[in-house]
Formats: sequence, structure tokens, C-alpha cells
Amino acid sequence: MTTRPHDHPGEAMPATRFVLNGTDRAVTHEARVTLLDLLRERLGATGTKKGCAEGACGACTVLLDGERVNACMVLAAAVHGREVTTVEGLAAADGTLHAVQRAFVEQDALQCGYCTPGQVVSAVACIREGHAGSEVEIAEWMSGNLCRCAAYPQIVAAVQQAAAELGTPQGGASGAVQSTAPAARA
Amino acid sequence: MTVSPRTRDIHHVDIGTARLIVAPGGAAAALPETGIGSTERRLDGDDKVTGRAAYAGEEMPPGTLHGVLVTSPVAKGRIVAIGTDAALAADGVVRVIVPDDMPALAAPSVPPVAQSFVPMSDTSIRYEGQPVAIVLAETLEQAEHGAALVDLRIEAETPTVFETAETVTPRTEGNGYILGALDPARGDAEAAMRDAAATVDAVYVAPTRHHNMMEPSATLAEWRGGALHMHDSTQWTYGVRYALSGLLSMEPGDIHVRCPFTGGGFGAKGYVWPHQILAPLAARLAGRPVKIALSRAQCYTGSGYQPVVRSRVALGADADGRLTAIRHDTENVTSTADDYVEFGNAGTRSLYPAPNLSLTTRIRRADVGTPTAMRAPHEGPGMFALESAMDELSYALDMDPLALRLANYAETDPANGKPFSSNRLRDAYAEGARRFGWDARPRRVRARREGPRLIGSGMASAIMSTFRFPASARVCLTRDGAIRVEAGAQEIGTGTRTIFPQIAAERLGIAADGIEMVLGRTDLPETGGTFGSSSTISVGSAVADAADALRARIEGLADGTLPPREAWPALLRENGTGELVGEGGFSLPGDAPFDAHGGAGEHSMHTWGAVFVEMAVDEALGLARMRRCVACYSAGRILNPVTARSQMIGGIIWGYGRAMLEKSAMDPRSARYLSKNLSGVHLPVNADIPQEIDVSFIEEHDPHASAIGVRGIGELGEVGVAAAIANAVYHATGRRVRDLPITFGDLVG
Ligand code: FES
Ligand code: FES
Repeated sequence: MTTRPHDHPGEAMPATRFVLNGTDRAVTHEARVTLLDLLRERLGATGTKKGCAEGACGACTVLLDGERVNACMVLAAAVHGREVTTVEGLAAADGTLHAVQRAFVEQDALQCGYCTPGQVVSAVACIREGHAGSEVEIAEWMSGNLCRCAAYPQIVAAVQQAAAELGTPQGGASGAVQSTAPAARA
Repeated sequence: MTVSPRTRDIHHVDIGTARLIVAPGGAAAALPETGIGSTERRLDGDDKVTGRAAYAGEEMPPGTLHGVLVTSPVAKGRIVAIGTDAALAADGVVRVIVPDDMPALAAPSVPPVAQSFVPMSDTSIRYEGQPVAIVLAETLEQAEHGAALVDLRIEAETPTVFETAETVTPRTEGNGYILGALDPARGDAEAAMRDAAATVDAVYVAPTRHHNMMEPSATLAEWRGGALHMHDSTQWTYGVRYALSGLLSMEPGDIHVRCPFTGGGFGAKGYVWPHQILAPLAARLAGRPVKIALSRAQCYTGSGYQPVVRSRVALGADADGRLTAIRHDTENVTSTADDYVEFGNAGTRSLYPAPNLSLTTRIRRADVGTPTAMRAPHEGPGMFALESAMDELSYALDMDPLALRLANYAETDPANGKPFSSNRLRDAYAEGARRFGWDARPRRVRARREGPRLIGSGMASAIMSTFRFPASARVCLTRDGAIRVEAGAQEIGTGTRTIFPQIAAERLGIAADGIEMVLGRTDLPETGGTFGSSSTISVGSAVADAADALRARIEGLADGTLPPREAWPALLRENGTGELVGEGGFSLPGDAPFDAHGGAGEHSMHTWGAVFVEMAVDEALGLARMRRCVACYSAGRILNPVTARSQMIGGIIWGYGRAMLEKSAMDPRSARYLSKNLSGVHLPVNADIPQEIDVSFIEEHDPHASAIGVRGIGELGEVGVAAAIANAVYHATGRRVRDLPITFGDLVG
């Protein structure tokens, strides 16, 4: 007889309750489950991708209370009481694309599309953080998201286009970046 | 899955496409509004930016078990025992499959099977990372935990690696990895070298690298009665079918493979690797669907890699720079099971005419997995060597590097004397040089300094073989008046879901947006794999043919003229016709199953490019950066300038990775890769890449290579870039790097 999934006497945990793309969710799961695997394997929210499971590629980027995080580096239990936004939660209810999503299509900032959900979510945060002030700054602050198809210049152009459309927040955390990033680029 | 209709209008914002296609004389070619050549944005873009696009491993039919491979930690030896008790006792583990459980398999045919050794078919260990057991469990976490509990007893032997292996001649008999003659020669290269006005002779190394596609390989295998259904991350659904049909002795028609989107592959998913064989076997043993997704670490041994290519190149030229002799000897690492040959001198055969030529192609068999094609195979590693040597020769002759290339321009293919199907390389050199400002480049090295940085520029030629496969396709006018295009081909990022509808749209005189594209399934018309830059040329031609057939059928219903689009549904109704279908195909001379550079035909087929790069080097910090890259190509007709530009930019960044970052280093004592993760393996990131990558294509229509004027582009973008970068670094600093990647140690001090 096989054990039913998620029914482990010794590891029983109270349900993790969180808001996923505006909807309340309550899930019981083992303690070792990451937010990424919870989304993909338990909740069928497969828009968020798994490229490495160790925080090195950014394919799994989601917003946790509005900040970008690698979902593979967050235990599912840690999102209890918090708000998670994935790529599925960016477009309007009527399907109208988010300005960042539209910019990615218009600038052709994607090819195979596997890194794209992570890039798009990361770009939304990058703009909100005030890290989209210049091409160099965008490239620095989007470097946590690998794209092996290598759409990098188009990604920078897409972030720039969306930032211009959305307006960049004032007094962001970009000061430190502006002083270091250009120096790193010969 | 079908692609959803657009959720809202996508604007054709200016992304510099106006200067992308260059007409004769250097003027920008006018781009059509719709159909072939228009700047249509990806029709599957919405699906990819919203997360709707479905990749393998994202589907879980009820009852699916997670499979995790247990792999060998040693490279050579024999499995003595596999202890499974602890794993079986763990929560959720349903079964542990070991070699004893495996059914007998028929001999694999290589390719489509990637390697002739099938792991777990016996107890031998032939490479590190080889699967030795499979743990099946209810959840991913349980399967991963169970895999960690499997107790392996292995009798290990000392492995051989590239450095310690013997250099041998590859088997040609029955070897599916032989793409041409091993040792072409003409004249007397040695004698000509002695008489030459200038010579160079050096060894260049392009190291082993991995594909590192962002989607790790994944597969879902499900048996329904006697039929096998797979959702597999592959570049070749039909290849998976044929591979498994052979191994499992099944009718091909009983194997159904689907892959609507492939999350990158670059060759890693071209042929069929062990997990794709083991998942169906595990599913049969367990009586439940099984999903196996390789971990990132397993991707380094679970599929192939581009093998290290060591090239010795010697060139001799007369005082005017005309090559009198070329010598290019290559050797690559391969497994003990298969003589995989990386034809590092493929480009050398057809790029420059020299009366005396001597090429050799060798391998070294080591205790590693079988290598495989990777962007760009053959010409990719080989042209780094040849085009570096040409740069060295230009200094030996005190001649401009571009002038040296032009002095050695081939009017016909030096390999066989055939005329080229089409060749605009001369225009590409001129346009690239003009856009780059090559004329202003000082001849001397270390001539330009900006603050602490030395600035240098370098160039290289690019050449790539044209690969073609037979293909078939279908274009349908549905009962409700919609147009659907069907082909078994894959979408891997090259834009097939956009350009195939564009081709059908042009042939039918309608708009591409709104055409439904169905692909990536073995129940669709058969095509070759999506690799080797072969899809557009082969499948695109079949789509054009199918659209022509449909058009003829519509015209047939309407007295020989094509009625306006809006009238088509009524036409079907009036004639009592159901769906109207146009079948189309593309075949090769002599009905060959595959050909390279024109095969048995009258024309030689290659693609070309001219790549110019500017590098800035800070010797105090050992830091080099690419400041800009200008590349102009002769690749036939360009079906979509937007997606084509992205392909070439991607290729150029791959070339940057080859030059500056990538090397899959192996520990010679254990034959293990030192880093099997994305933090230890250096890949280009956004901040590495300058915004100024200027890609253009010479306007061209190849009348011979295909039915639609195209050749291929995907691989070409990678070729030549590493040489151009190394040549620019030499120009900046006077430091010649012949062993890639170029690192801190090569530049500092
Ligand atoms: S999957 Fe999370 S960073 Fe790669
Ligand atoms: S689009 Fe393929 S990895 Fe980024």
C-alpha cells in the first residue's frame, strides 16, 4: 500500500494560507516543499518556471508582497499570510496584457519563452524599484534572470519601453547603482 | 495545445528593423506590410509572456508518479549491488527500478538515439552521471529523498579523459555521426607551405561546453493500452517516435509524442537521451504515468555537450596574401560507445580557395557521455581556429584583415568546384565594414587607449553548412472559414509559430494574424528535427507547397480565380464541402533523408557572414568588455526581420560566451565536471552584453536551396564571433589567446 501524497503523520503541518494572484489559497504540504514546487506541482500554476532550483537563473521569479524573489529559494510555509503574484497575475481580468508583457512582445524580448515569465515579473519589480533609469542600469538589475536564447538587448529595450509608459518612481534605490554600475562596464 | 488568439493589439514599435535588410548598393530594403518579410510580432508572444505556453513536465495526468534518476558518482566501473530498502521504506516511494528490472531492448539506431550505450541495460558504468536506478514516488520531494537513500556499491576503475586518451581515426562504417570525408586533401600542402611568403602555424582550443538551455529536459510517459503517449521536451518529436519504436520493437504509429513548446535546446534535445527511454519503461513497470524532469545538475550528463575541439591550423600565403596552402587538423573528445565527430574543419573546406589543402579529423575516446551537436556545431569551434589563424596571417603579411579575406574570396565552392546556390558574402563584408567604420581602424596593435583601457577591433568571416530534411505540411480551410497550418515541427524560440503562418498567408493572399498554427505532434505531417537551422528551409517550403495546394482547391471551387477571403466560408457551404485541405511537401535531390551543403544537387549551399567587434581591455584589472558588434549576413531570404534579428543577436551572444566565459571544466582524475550548476558555470548575463549589437542581412533570394528563397540562420549567428573577439583583444593588447575562454589571467599585467 502506498502512502497518499501530503498525508504524513509525523510531518503534519497546519495549512499555509496566502493570497495567490488576488485569490485566497489554503494548502497543506510537507515542510520541505518550496514555493516554486507548490505552485507548479500542487496548484497547477505552471507559468512560473524552474531552471535550476538553487537561486541561480531567475526563471522562478515571483513577487512576494510586491518584491521579486526566487520562488525556488522560498519555502512554501514562509508565504503564510503573505501575497504572491506570479506571471499569471499580471494581465488585467479581461486579458489585456500588462505594459511589461506587451513591451516584451513588441520588442521581441523572448524566443523559446522559458525564461520569459521570470524576466517579465522581474522587470515589473525592476521598474517599481526605480532601477530602470538607463540601459546600463536595467542590464545590471535584470542580470539575475538568465536567458540562454540571449534576448538581452531586446529585454533591456522592453524594460525601457514599459518604464517610459508606466513612469519611473522618484527617489528609488538607484543611487547606489548609478555609482557602481557604470564603472563596472568598460 | 493550440495558441490562443491575441488578447490585444501589438504595436509595431520601431526596433531598428528599417536598416535590417540591405538592398544592393547599401540602401535599406523596403519591408512589406504583411506576409513574408514583414515585421510581424511573434504570434505566440502572448502565450509566452502570460505563462500560458505549456512546456513538458507541466502536465500531470491523474496518478502520475514522479521519477528521479539515481546516477553514478564514478565514471568507469561496474555496479556490484544496489540497496533499495531504505528508499522503499521512505514515505511515498512506490518503486525503485534497477538494471535487473529492465526488459531486453533492441539495438539502438544512432541517431535518432543519441548514444549506442543505453544505461541500466547492463551493470556497466561508462560515464559519471549515468543513470543506474529510478525512484518513483507520489511527490517530487519524496522521489528526490528516495533517490538520496539508494545505496550504490560500485567497483570503480580509473577513467580516461581527453588529455589522457589516444588520438584515433573515427569509425566510418555504420557511424551515424559521419557527415563528410575525414581527410580531404589536394595538392601538396607541405611543399607549398615551405615556398610561401608568409606562414602561420598554431594550435587553438575550443573547450567542452554545455547547452545550458533554460528548460531542463523533462518527459511524461503514459501508456494507454498498448500505445505510448509522451509529452517530451524535444527538438524532434518524430525522432523520439523512431528511437523508441526501434528500442521497444513497437510500431511507430503506436508511439505518440507531443511538444507544443520547447524551452530551449540548442541541440541538447535533438536526439534521444536515456531519460526519454527510461521514463516509458518505468511507466510500464509501474502501471502509472511517469514524469521525469532532470535536475539542473543532471543536465550536464543527462544529454550531450559540445566536445572540446583542438585544432592545429597552418596557413601559407604569397606576398599578395593569396593562400597557397591550408592545413587544419582537428580532434575532439567522444565516449567509448560512439565515435561522435565534431567536424571542426567543415568551414575550412569551403571558405577560402587554396590550391594545396590537407585536413584531418580525429577523435579521442574517453570515459564520458557521447557529445552532441550544439549551436553552432562543427563550424562553431572550427572557425574560431581558422579565423584566428587568418588574423595572425594578416599581421605576418602586414595586411588589413578584411583585405586578406577579400584576396581569398571563393567564387565557387573550393571543396567541390560547384557554383553556390547564392552567395552575397562580398556585400556582407562591405556593409559590415561600412556600419562598423572599419576603415578608420589603425593597423598597429595597442594603438588606441581611452583612460585605463586599450581599445581594439577585430573581424572574422562566418560560414555555416546548410542542412535540409524532407518535410511535409498541411494547410486547411476549416468549415467555419478559419485557416489552420499543421506540421510536426517544433517551436523552440526560432519563431516557427509565426513564420509558418506568414508563409501560408502570403501564398493565400491573407493576413498571418489569426491563422492557427498546430505543431509539435507526431499525429501531424512528418518533418525533421528543429535543429541545424533546417526548419525554415525544409518545413517552410512544405508549408508553402501545402498553401499552394489549398489555394488551387479554393480556386477550383470558384471557377479558377481566388475569391476574396470573406467569401471562402460561403464557397464551402455552396459546394457542400467540409474542410478543404492542401497537402504539401519538400524533398531532397535523390530523395535523400538529409543533406548538408546541397548534397547530391548541382549547387553548393552555405550561409555566410562578416562579424566586426570592438573590445575594451583594462590590463590592470584583467577585464575585457565587448563594446559593440556589427554583423552582416548572406543567408537567403529573410522571412521575418524581427525574429531573424533576435536569432542572430542570440547567436552573437553565444559567440561571446564561447570567447569570454564558457568552459565545462572536467577533473581529469575522476572524469567529473567540476561545476554542474548555473552558479559555477559562467554564461552570459544581461550586464555582459552591450546594447549595440547591429545585425543586418543582405537582401537575397536563393533560387536553389528551397521553395521560398531561404537558407538558414540559427547556427550562423554563433560562428566567427569568438575569433572576432579574440582578434580584437589582440589588436587592443598584442596578446594572442588561442585557448578559450579568454580569462583574467590572459589579460592582466
Ligand atoms: S529556478 Fe529559481 S532561480 Fe533558478
Ligand atoms: S527566451 Fe529562451 S531562455 Fe530566454
